[in-house]
Amino acid sequence: MARFSAWAVAKNALSGNRNWTSQWRKPDPKPSYDVIIIGGGGHGLATAFYLAKEHGIHNVAVVEKGWIGGGNVGRNTTIVRSNYELRPNALFYEHSLKLWEGLSQVLNYNVMFSQRGVLYLAHSPGELDAHATRGNAMRLHGIDAELLDRDAVARFVPQLDMSDHTRFPIVGGLLQPRAGTARHDAIAWGYARAADQLGIDILENCEVTGFLKKGDTVTGIQTTRGDISAPKIGVAVAGSTSEVLRKAGVDNLPIESHVLQAFVSEALKPVLNTVVIGAGGHFYMSQSDKGGLVYGGELDKYNSYAQRGNLPIVEDVHTMMLALCPQFAKLRLLRHWGGIMDMSMDGSPIITKGPLPGLYLNAGWCYGGFKATPASGWCFAHTIANDAPHALNAPFTLDRFNTGYTIDEGGSGPFPRLQ
Amino acid sequence: MLILCPNCGDRDLSEFSYVGDATVQRPNPPEARPEDWQSFVYHRQNPRGPHRELWQHNGGCRLILEVTRNTLTHEIVGTKVAGPQRAGSGT
Ligand SMILES: Cc1cc2nc3c(=O)[nH]c(=O)nc-3n(C[C@H](O)[C@H](O)[C@H](O)COP(=O)(O)OP(=O)(O)OC[C@H]3O[C@@H](n4cnc5c(N)ncnc54)[C@H](O)[C@@H]3O)c2cc1C
Ligand SMILES: [Zn+2]
Repeated sequence: MARFSAWAVAKNALSGNRNWTSQWRKPDPKPSYDVIIIGGGGHGLATAFYLAKEHGIHNVAVVEKGWIGGGNVGRNTTIVRSNYELRPNALFYEHSLKLWEGLSQVLNYNVMFSQRGVLYLAHSPGELDAHATRGNAMRLHGIDAELLDRDAVARFVPQLDMSDHTRFPIVGGLLQPRAGTARHDAIAWGYARAADQLGIDILENCEVTGFLKKGDTVTGIQTTRGDISAPKIGVAVAGSTSEVLRKAGVDNLPIESHVLQAFVSEALKPVLNTVVIGAGGHFYMSQSDKGGLVYGGELDKYNSYAQRGNLPIVEDVHTMMLALCPQFAKLRLLRHWGGIMDMSMDGSPIITKGPLPGLYLNAGWCYGGFKATPASGWCFAHTIANDAPHALNAPFTLDRFNTGYTIDEGGSGPFPRLQ
Repeated sequence: MLILCPNCGDRDLSEFSYVGDATVQRPNPPEARPEDWQSFVYHRQNPRGPHRELWQHNGGCRLILEVTRNTLTHEIVGTKVAGPQRAGSGT
């Protein structure tokens, strides 16, 4: 398949853009593979890509029940950052950010990674102190962080209401300049295309309906396109993790599925040059390259597998938006949807061998798994190839909940809806 | 989403707060093993479909309710007041 380049764009323009070929093959399933990855979201596709690229394992299938890009990878608000305080998270997400920085070149696909910065607002001196603590922790881990005072925030984001009498008065903020946004679909399509070029079979419309087992050992999968066997099977199905693993007889995961909503306004000329996270961290917005404001808030806060939420959150999110930027009241909401989050009990992910022989698990991404996509795939591929975790994902085990080594960045306790 | 409170009738979601899964059993300390506590604190069935869960009507009568709700459709198929004394009351 042809590489993308300025030359290819020019050449295809001359022939009326009629000669572009499809981005990945549509193969029929083979009876067996060396590795099967269940879930063709960002994480599953990235895992397959790194299995081939980093570990030379090319005989791999990615099994997706719907179409590539239909899950959370195509439903998120695209914020990419590594401003974590706890060491395991800081190191893992910073590794991911570094992979993002070179990703368009590595995939030969423009993922439109835009390092426009992510600014966490502080609405009280206490919150600014907490931001300072976090910023210091980040810098100790070699991650960029800048504490901004009120005037610097006002200069950096002229759209914010900086008056004293608002619901959320702004006293400063914590900026991560290297953070930003990326194109969600491009991640799905870019990894799919690059994995396909390395020989990986992407099997769409192929739902896993059960597992083949010998005793406790998982030896294959049953799908709507037939049985497929493999000695190693990785599960990366985000919000469907509990349902898929139940088919293998595992029903005691530290995960709840919750719905998170996202919103896009009508397009307008450039008004917002960064990502703003405010109202105590419960609201976030950026402007897409098409011009729409992309924004969201918190979970609906009850278990849900419905890819749509309820109205109280709709009101809540817009109240916060208008408290920060009252002038946006005139905008019209264009699109609005929900996605199902795999909320873990401590807010941190799970990338591990197990829980059964032959199985490998990648889950618990909460609402932060888009930015994690490159590192998640990279670490999961390492774990599957070597039957042992990389140092970066060694803390993200499943049994940390039993041994007391939870990684609770928010300090929220074992309540998924609060993570 | 409307939740039927046995005490107050059909009320808007915004009057309620979610307490969580109603199927987990708090272990009995004298005989509980560490694994029982692990299950109670961390392990969830997390079904796609009917789910028994606790909600508090804190914008109304403040009772804690056991609601059976379909997590895929948001349809509520039954509510009753939670707790051993009142079990079985309501709808
Ligand atoms: C509204 C919203 C906003 C978000 N905002 C951000 C953000 O700003 N920044 C950030 O970092 N993260 C964000 N996230 C989180 C992020 O999108 C997810 O954590 C991440 O995409 C999950 O990994 P994935 O891409 O592999 O998931 P998915 O794309 O959901 O992939 C899982 C795939 O598994 C497939 N599957 C399920 N069951 C089966 C089966 N039985 N057989 C075969 N296949 C199956 C599904 O069809 C799906 O395609 C947001 C999420 C949502 C919903
Ligand atoms: Zn009531």
